[in-house]
Amino acid sequence: MGCGRVGARVAGILDHNGHRVTVIDTDSRAFRRLPSDFGGETLIGTGIDEDVLRAAGIEEASAFVAVTNGDNRNIMAAQVARLVFEVPEVICRIYDPVREDTYRRLGLTTICPTTSVSAVVIDHVIGASETLGGARGGGA
Amino acid sequence: MYIIVVGGGKVGFYLTQTLLGEGYEVLLIERNAAKVERFVEGFGGVVLAGDGAETVTLAAAGAARADVVIAVTGEDEDNLVVCQVAKQKFQVGRTIARVNNPKNEQLFRLLGIDVTVSQTNYILNLIEQAIPERSFVHLLSLRHADLAIVDAKVSAGSVVAHRAVGEIVLPVNTTIAAISRGPHLIVPTAATEILPGDDVIAVAHRDQEDELRRLLVVD
Repeated sequence: MGCGRVGARVAGILDHNGHRVTVIDTDSRAFRRLPSDFGGETLIGTGIDEDVLRAAGIEEASAFVAVTNGDNRNIMAAQVARLVFEVPEVICRIYDPVREDTYRRLGLTTICPTTSVSAVVIDHVIGASETLGGARGGGA
Repeated sequence: MYIIVVGGGKVGFYLTQTLLGEGYEVLLIERNAAKVERFVEGFGGVVLAGDGAETVTLAAAGAARADVVIAVTGEDEDNLVVCQVAKQKFQVGRTIARVNNPKNEQLFRLLGIDVTVSQTNYILNLIEQAIPERSFVHLLSLRHADLAIVDAKVSAGSVVAHRAVGEIVLPVNTTIAAISRGPHLIVPTAATEILPGDDVIAVAHRDQEDELRRLLVVD
């Protein structure tokens, strides 16, 4: 759900690896981001609508990925996928770290780009080796 | 009692105005800064600019001491998250969400929202009641009991026509509460005879609504 840069890339790679993929987006133009040889399905609609999810085949899905730009939309769709359709693997992107923490505690599998990108940046700025060196020094 | 209202559309605006008028302590949270400015002119300092789904905003609003959080934005996903965050992070006792898409009403209950208000359903109900010749109208849902109050116009071909209330075998979990006949409202006893054209006001479990309809109304 959500055919932005991340959604299109995830869908393209999974399709390439031989999985059956359906991509949902409210805007048909978003599907242009998919690779030209994309063999999966595309569906126009909002993933917070149970009927749209059903049309996308969620009842047989082994995984559901919510990566629209809206945190709340992702959170709602992920909960529908998990609690209503009992999809075995549900992944939800949440930009707001505090909200991510709340919903991780509630049992959603969440990804927070804000936290993970910040961690990588900080690693580069401070220097991973320095951090490791400090840890080794502390242990000795 | 401290009430936080999230979403300054028409519903949020009039709700805040009404609650303030009734003497409650109210805070309205609205994302659009221009709107906030206008509201401050009208309401004074009881308006906060921000995204009500963000924990920071709710914390600044004093959600931890709020008795009720009401989310009435035009987006169901926002109303859901506002109420869930209020419950999970701030232990707010009562969360009320406006549901724009009636399909989401049950889902919101499943996801822990205390009260859902579907204005689409309310408006549909009101219009249904106003349409003449409607033979079976759902008047009200008593949500927590899964009960509904319905108004059924008894058709001439119905098996209950010209029968006494006591003789009728009603579906389980249903009861006839009143009969509206022309200008009269009758509280029925077992001996009351039901006539074609009567409006039967019945209380029924959700699951029995269709059966009751088949019994009273013959299309």
